[in-house]
Amino acid sequence: MRIGGILTSAVALAIMASPLAAQELTVVSFGGAYGAAQKKYMIDPYMAASGNKVLFEDYSGGIAEIKAQVEANNIQWDVVDIEVIDLERACSEGLLEVIPRDILPPGDDGVAAIDDFFPEALANECGVGVIFWAVIYAYNSETIQGGTPSTIADFFDTATFPGKRAMRKRAQVNLEWALIADGVAREDVYKVLATDEGQAQAFAKLDTIKDDLVWYDSWSQAPQLLNDGGAVMVQSANGRIFGAIKDDGRPFEMVWDGNVFDLDVWAAVKGTPNKEMAFDFIKFATGTVPLAGMQDVAYGPTRRSGAALVDPAVIKDLPNANIEVGLKADGIFWADFGESLGEKFNEWLLKQG
Amino acid sequence: MTATTFDDARPVSASPGLTREEAGFARRELNRRRLRAFALVIPLLVFISFAFFAPIATMLHRSVYNPTVVQLIPDTLAKLQSWDGEGRPDDSVLTAMAVDLKRLANNRTSGKLGEALNRGLPGTSSAVKATARKLRQVDDATLAADGAALLLGANDKWASVELWRNVRKTGRTYSDRYFLTALDLERNAEGDVQTREAAQIYVQLYTKTMRIALIITILTMLLGYPLAFVLANAPARTASLLMVMVLLPFWTSLLVRTTAWIALLQTNGVINSVLMGVGVIGEPLEMLFTEFATIVAMTHILLPFMVLPLYSVMKGIDRSYMRAALSLGSSPIPAFIRIYFPMTVPGLSAGALLVFIISVGYYITPALVGGTDGQMISNIIAFHMQQSNNWELAAALGALLLVLIIALYWIYDLLVGADNIKLA
Repeated sequence: MRIGGILTSAVALAIMASPLAAQELTVVSFGGAYGAAQKKYMIDPYMAASGNKVLFEDYSGGIAEIKAQVEANNIQWDVVDIEVIDLERACSEGLLEVIPRDILPPGDDGVAAIDDFFPEALANECGVGVIFWAVIYAYNSETIQGGTPSTIADFFDTATFPGKRAMRKRAQVNLEWALIADGVAREDVYKVLATDEGQAQAFAKLDTIKDDLVWYDSWSQAPQLLNDGGAVMVQSANGRIFGAIKDDGRPFEMVWDGNVFDLDVWAAVKGTPNKEMAFDFIKFATGTVPLAGMQDVAYGPTRRSGAALVDPAVIKDLPNANIEVGLKADGIFWADFGESLGEKFNEWLLKQG
Repeated sequence: MTATTFDDARPVSASPGLTREEAGFARRELNRRRLRAFALVIPLLVFISFAFFAPIATMLHRSVYNPTVVQLIPDTLAKLQSWDGEGRPDDSVLTAMAVDLKRLANNRTSGKLGEALNRGLPGTSSAVKATARKLRQVDDATLAADGAALLLGANDKWASVELWRNVRKTGRTYSDRYFLTALDLERNAEGDVQTREAAQIYVQLYTKTMRIALIITILTMLLGYPLAFVLANAPARTASLLMVMVLLPFWTSLLVRTTAWIALLQTNGVINSVLMGVGVIGEPLEMLFTEFATIVAMTHILLPFMVLPLYSVMKGIDRSYMRAALSLGSSPIPAFIRIYFPMTVPGLSAGALLVFIISVGYYITPALVGGTDGQMISNIIAFHMQQSNNWELAAALGALLLVLIIALYWIYDLLVGADNIKLA
């Protein structure tokens, strides 16, 4: 009887829990200050406006978890903030729902969504842009020796600016920077990097500073390394350095030359049982005001009406203002060469310098 | 162990002094007990098969089973059978590919094909996806008539022999190529195994992983043995205090302990500040993000795995053996080497095996403090799981790691003997 009782109550619990679960939307993003801004401008207002409950969780990017959920047909996540570099692959592998463009609301100034969004934000049918962000490098103005670095070539110039450089331990961005520093024009970088000679050239350039490189795995380590003296120049997502300057008053300077910029988008996981609610959330979160809120962490809004609301004092710190000196990260290139260059990069790391 | 237990296999009927009926009853009773005992372990067996054997079997299977291409473009592969591998395949193959690609574009699986082909030939993924997108609008009749020309017009990569060789190579349901890659090998156009032309990292990483694991095992032995000896021989109060100190880090989160090492080792960290403060060094030493950091942090983290089995074995050693050796005229050091040490070998073996096997598969600590030269094989497995999405290669690398550990265990068994391992 006791087992029967437990079973009955378990069934009862399951029945009680299931309608509750249907009302919940799971939204996944990158956490940190960025996640906090999304919570403030997107998640909380959406919960207040719709009455739906949103579970807001963190992940560290990549498509492995999404792939696992779709393959196992056990969808835990409904909406995911995904980097465009991964979006291309996830969408063409059928891991994401196609988001019809006609559901997107017009800007607050009445301009239709299609015209209001920057074209990059709607370039892939599975995603709707949330932010422009950029990989830049920064230095500590109090400890830098040899002058003020201003170009990517300066990052590679250890004679003029002695000291350690910190980079994220992956092939992406590092190889692009090596070529730019070696004199390749920004618009030719991906064309050159697709050839064996270009790849050799990039690794040869990285070789010149190999002994001065420090590697890290997560963006959060970048401002920390600059702060504790682990490196004099660090590669970083622009928002992390902006936060360290604004919130903690650090004497850091950002260098925008050769920044590699990209977008993050909202996407819905294929087969989610809450598809309607997921689209509803994406509609809400890509409205003019929620997008403009991303300026708090120095990430640029993806629609023109949102960009118009940005505080003039912040504009120069947004990727949108520095596109002229930057390079758009090429998702298609990295879908082709991500794995082979990743292996080569690891091989290069292992080689004793 | 001479006592008869209920699962003793001696035939009951052979027992003297029992009638046939009694013997039969006893046998039935014995069977009933066996069944009951077996029923008790069923939950465990079910658990082990689900939580242990099934995942390992799935992993092994995934490392040789690659059905993607076969499932996605069966018609093209069937037509490609008759191709001799030289020059561009004839137009019927190209048309079949064009028809297949259109279908894939419409059910959104062209990306899967692109990724599978891209592994053999980087750069193929975008060609496949872009061509599929272009062919989506073409109507079926045009495609059937003119597919080959449309395919070649969409992307000139379709004219390359290399691409078609790669299609044929990846179009096999079962293949050993992920295992070959994991050993830095590949098959050339003739099908012979040769050294891989692209990056060669895996053998190097396995060797490095083994070397680091071995160093850590030796260090934990050197540090753990005296510590366990003190623990086992100290007065009860001191021993329990020391035991808490050994176990305390064990109860702390792994991440916290690793982060503590970051604070200690970093450029302006505790160790460098102290050394510079007392004037031993002029400028900070580089310790964080090196192999040194990986080894130090992992030795600290894995030390309890060495100390605990050693302690329990030493605790069980009767002190009178040593006293007897000494009173019979041996001096302390030979007595220790010839009497005490051999009795602790089972604990030492157990500790060494535990530490070695755990450190071979260690992931989080090398990832956090290892930097460039402190990386181990698990970090590259994680790379293929999370970033390159090549689960098949990750599975092959994992399977090889398993084989390597089993092989080492076997050698160990030959040298030391598996019954010489004692955890308590």
